[in-house]
Amino acid sequence: MIAGWFLVATSLAYLSLLFAIAYWADRRADAGRSVIANPYIYALSIGVYATAWTFYGSVGRAASTGLGFLPVYIGPTLMFVLGWIVLLKMIRISKVHRITTIADFISSRYGKSHLLGGLVTIMAVIGMVPYIALQLKAVSTSFNVLLHYPHVTAEGPSGFAVIGDTALWVAILMAAFAILFGTRHIDATEHHEGMVAAIAFESVVKLIAFLSVGLFVTYGMFDGFGDLFSRAAEVPEMRELMTTAALDADWLALTFLSMTAIICLTRQFQVIVVENVHERHLIKAMWLLPLYLLLINIFVLPIAFGGLLRFPDGSVDADTFVLALPMAEQYPGLALFAFIGGLSAATGMVIVATVAISTMICNDLVMPGLLRFAWLHLSERRDLSGLLLNIRRGAIGLILLLGYLYFLLIGEAYALVAIGLVSFAAAAQWAPALIIGMYWKTASRRGALAGISAGFLIWTYTLLLPSFARSGYLPEGFIEFGPFGIELLKPYALFGLEGLNSISHSLFWSLLANVGLYVGVSLLDRQSTIERLQATLFVDVFRQGGADTATMYGTVSATDLRDVAERFLGREHTEEAFAEYARLRGRALDLNANADGDLVQFVERRLAGAIGAASARVMIGSTVKGEGVSVDAIMQILDETSQVLKYSRQLEQKSWELELATSELKAANKRLTELDHLKDDFLSTVTHELRTPLTSIRSFSEILHDTPDLDVAERQHFLSIVIRESERLTRLINQVLDLTKIETGRMDWQMSDVDVRDVINHAVTALKQLFDEKGIGLEVNLPADLPPVRGDRDQLIQLAINLLSNAEKFCPEGKGRVVVDLAPGNRFLTVSIADNGPGIPEDQQQLIFEKFHQVRGGNTGNPMGSGLGLAICRGIVEHLGGRIWVRSRPGHGATFYFTVPFAHS
Amino acid sequence: MAKSILVVEDEPNIVLSLQFLMKQAGFEVRVARDGEEALREVEDKAPDLILLDVMIPKRDGYDVCQTIRANPDWREIYIIMLTAKGRDVDRDKGLSLGANDYVTKPFSTRDLTEKVKHILSGAG
Repeated sequence: MIAGWFLVATSLAYLSLLFAIAYWADRRADAGRSVIANPYIYALSIGVYATAWTFYGSVGRAASTGLGFLPVYIGPTLMFVLGWIVLLKMIRISKVHRITTIADFISSRYGKSHLLGGLVTIMAVIGMVPYIALQLKAVSTSFNVLLHYPHVTAEGPSGFAVIGDTALWVAILMAAFAILFGTRHIDATEHHEGMVAAIAFESVVKLIAFLSVGLFVTYGMFDGFGDLFSRAAEVPEMRELMTTAALDADWLALTFLSMTAIICLTRQFQVIVVENVHERHLIKAMWLLPLYLLLINIFVLPIAFGGLLRFPDGSVDADTFVLALPMAEQYPGLALFAFIGGLSAATGMVIVATVAISTMICNDLVMPGLLRFAWLHLSERRDLSGLLLNIRRGAIGLILLLGYLYFLLIGEAYALVAIGLVSFAAAAQWAPALIIGMYWKTASRRGALAGISAGFLIWTYTLLLPSFARSGYLPEGFIEFGPFGIELLKPYALFGLEGLNSISHSLFWSLLANVGLYVGVSLLDRQSTIERLQATLFVDVFRQGGADTATMYGTVSATDLRDVAERFLGREHTEEAFAEYARLRGRALDLNANADGDLVQFVERRLAGAIGAASARVMIGSTVKGEGVSVDAIMQILDETSQVLKYSRQLEQKSWELELATSELKAANKRLTELDHLKDDFLSTVTHELRTPLTSIRSFSEILHDTPDLDVAERQHFLSIVIRESERLTRLINQVLDLTKIETGRMDWQMSDVDVRDVINHAVTALKQLFDEKGIGLEVNLPADLPPVRGDRDQLIQLAINLLSNAEKFCPEGKGRVVVDLAPGNRFLTVSIADNGPGIPEDQQQLIFEKFHQVRGGNTGNPMGSGLGLAICRGIVEHLGGRIWVRSRPGHGATFYFTVPFAHS
Repeated sequence: MAKSILVVEDEPNIVLSLQFLMKQAGFEVRVARDGEEALREVEDKAPDLILLDVMIPKRDGYDVCQTIRANPDWREIYIIMLTAKGRDVDRDKGLSLGANDYVTKPFSTRDLTEKVKHILSGAG
């Protein structure tokens, strides 16, 4: 038990330290030496994610579900490690558009919609108030534990008023802090240096405090992890907690929920996006934040087990183990430190959340209202910056008041974690519009409105209303039997979906409706021009190099713009801003001249930083005189740009195609020329080959005709020459026709299964007489068993005859020898025809298969071939899918080989 | 003394017919079956007239013609190119290389004989 006054004094002293740190950081920032422009401070400030809920509630959750506390930390880790590119885009967009809050972000993305900004703000308030209440509850409970230990049970014997008053005081102090350090500047995009420094410090304090208790429990009360866990394992209920039984669908749902929470929770958006000083800090935070979360979770299970072992009777609420254990062991100093840690966690969260939400309330709820309904009144006032600040201050007070009231009226019903998750689930409803909207241009305002509204309604019905029911503000039967007893509408088992916990259940239905409507409505919807404009600017933010051509209006003088800015930013800030503008552009501003689009845009961005994008747009729009360039015109320009881009891409494509076509054409032309030459050569050669026998025929015919007194033997000789040359001519003509048919594919192939032995026999029979006349020995080796080949029988016979007669032609008369062999292979049959003629020089062995290529002997007296025989052979073999070649050593004969595929290979 | 003719041709039957025709006309006939043999024959004893086929082995008719024309001693040899190729380019090529006349196969034996007789009688 710790004396009340001492506790209060310590708390106040700690809070004073926070004030001092914040004050010091603000002073340093004013002097231009920022302490928060540092990745470690940045990562620590994101540690505001770990609230009092983490500090006390994780232990409570671990004590009842074992590993069930983990998803809340795995989610952010996954988001930072895997989803950092999404975060980076979010940060870039926010910097370019001077986004101040998540409501501003969503409103801005969907055409600077007031309605969306307002909706998101209302949701934020409704979703965040229970969470703030939770922090207040945590602080007052912990206060109570220290004050009254050991007379503390889950319910607590102390009077309601005491707790209530503690919470009230805490709330007031936090409000003071938030107002002092969260509303110093009117331009919300300027960093809250003091606040960020203070919460980074708090992150350190709560981490050390929690680690201290963890070390104390693990090594002070027990002999390390091993001892603690083995003793815990002896208790059956605790052994249960060490299994992975908690890793079910709910567990995954919570992990997913936490992934969205780390960016959607208003305070997280504030520290990650708005307070980000350099994009590169995110890269360090990618591993620093997961490390922080890991450290703060290491001792959750040990403390939970330690508590369960120490208080086996369940007399102490597991949510208070962090305090109760040191107290029970008579270490009030450590307990006090733990209390300070918890206080840190709570204040950090409350301060950032209230600053963020107050900005939202001011920019997205109050300002639009004031602009709409009290424009005349506002225009009379010279300087509105003070008003804006006061609205924000009021909003901070209001939120904390609401949190306090919620805590008083409802907060007792729930365990800490449950309230936290209800808040998470509300924030998760923004995730589709937020994340998908950064990548999908078609997503429309109405789609976002429909999705978010539906998700929010279902969240209200399945989580918020039941929480009222549990606290007795609605009949209990609402949860048990559904409204009016309609079972299908039971809030925890909507449409009969059971078996999930209430959070997963709500998340399933709300996100299903949310994403479904968001995508569906967007697809059916037609975007307005401003929506298309903003969608393009958001989705393509990395392509625009930080600037865009978004704003262009008609005529407005620079002075008028300055007046507008002054009203909202204050004289001092406005002058600074205009000076900065002049410095950036490198020229003095002529205040009497008409403002160009650049300046208009600059001022609109500055205003957006103060009053939100939507309101800034209205303000600027109403200041500009005359017709102005409409958004349609801008969109048109953007469209034209994109069309020009598209057109130039098409041109590129076309010119590439043209190039391709040209080169193809060139190739074709070349080929045609070649073919033409070939045809020319072919014709010339054919002519030559035809004229040669014709010359002999004509000459001898004329000689026979003109020389009647020729002796009989000579006459006979000349006549036989005429006959032989005529035959040669006929053969030649046939071969030319055959070759042409083969080459042009007009040959009529009669494909069938053919026995090659039969083919060889046929050819041999046809040439038998010729061989015998020349005294050439013919040896034909046919295997007894041979599968059929696939081919054209007549053509194969022609092939065999050509090769055999070729062999015959080159064999020496009298001692010639020709050998035919068949060698069946795996898929092909190889036929070889060997002669013992003069052979073929190596350099000719390829060429002989070309048309009209002849190995001219000139000594045999025989008419040489036409030069077409082997070309035809090759044509036949290749058509049948085989190969033909020759092997020869000059002086040692030549062997021709060809292959044909077997019919069933 | 009989005029001499060199027949340069690789087709045996055409050689036979030309030999018959020229001998019948009273000329002395020698035969060469390729370009190298033709040049050897010319070197051996320059003929009065050469019937020179273009498509012959080893050194073709153009080559032989050019070689003969390169030697001033052989300027008087009358060269008639014989070819189965009937294109204008082939004829022009032959004439530009120094052939005196050009006959396309198949030829009229009567015309060829008359032509040769005329040339050799005029020259002699």
